[in-house]
Amino acid sequence: MRDQRLWTWHVLAGLVILVFLGLHMAIMHLDVLLGIFNPGDPHPIAWANVVARAKTGFFTFSYIVLLGAALFHGLYGFRNILFELGPGPGVKRAANLVLTVGGLGLFVFGAWAAWAAGTLARTL
Amino acid sequence: MLDNQGHPNRLGIWGWLGGGRWGFERYLYTLHRLTGLGLLCYFLLHIFVTSARAFGPEAWAASMARVSGPLFVVGEFLVFSAFAFHAVNGVRLVLVELGWAIGKPIEPIYPYRTSVHEQRPLALGVMVLAGLIVLAGGLDFFILH
Repeated sequence: MRDQRLWTWHVLAGLVILVFLGLHMAIMHLDVLLGIFNPGDPHPIAWANVVARAKTGFFTFSYIVLLGAALFHGLYGFRNILFELGPGPGVKRAANLVLTVGGLGLFVFGAWAAWAAGTLARTL
Repeated sequence: MLDNQGHPNRLGIWGWLGGGRWGFERYLYTLHRLTGLGLLCYFLLHIFVTSARAFGPEAWAASMARVSGPLFVVGEFLVFSAFAFHAVNGVRLVLVELGWAIGKPIEPIYPYRTSVHEQRPLALGVMVLAGLIVLAGGLDFFILH
């Protein structure tokens, strides 16, 4: 039952990623074709654009949601692949622990960076 | 993921990497996993590289300088292409999992038809869509820039 529930979350996280990563890819890599959300400079990674996006609550929100969804989707997907190789129960328990603690740690760090960047951008 | 109920995966990694004669969709499954693993590796590094923006413009510039150059442009294009494939194929997998685009149950009368026959147009359609997104990305990455 637990795995069915986690699988449902995996699919739902995929749909969230589709929306927010689709937007992220369009901004960062279809910048000449679409030219969206890059008001300060033609290049999407220019500091002026980073600040302009970080100032908006929407981008801070979208980065944190995308971070959480992508970490869960990616690490749970990796766990599925790993478990299909038939590891023993000890390896499974260790993998669960490492992926959960590692994922939560990365989420806290990445969410802090998105929040701190937003706070910094609003002071500039 | 369901636990393995006493049927050990004797083939190991080749159990999912090799598709044999299982058809086009089976190779999409392999590619979905490979692109997923590639995107995960990139994403974990991406968290650290882009978090430099929290420390100001100098830290951001230094971080971006470490990942610049033609090799990284090609690498980013590969990531973009992997995303395009993984995203549209993921939508296909969700549709199929929800029972859409797989046809209705029919009597098993020779010559047999399977749901794969019904799914094939969807698989081909999403691959065309992925190809168009990759082409748009290639245009932006290598020609317009």
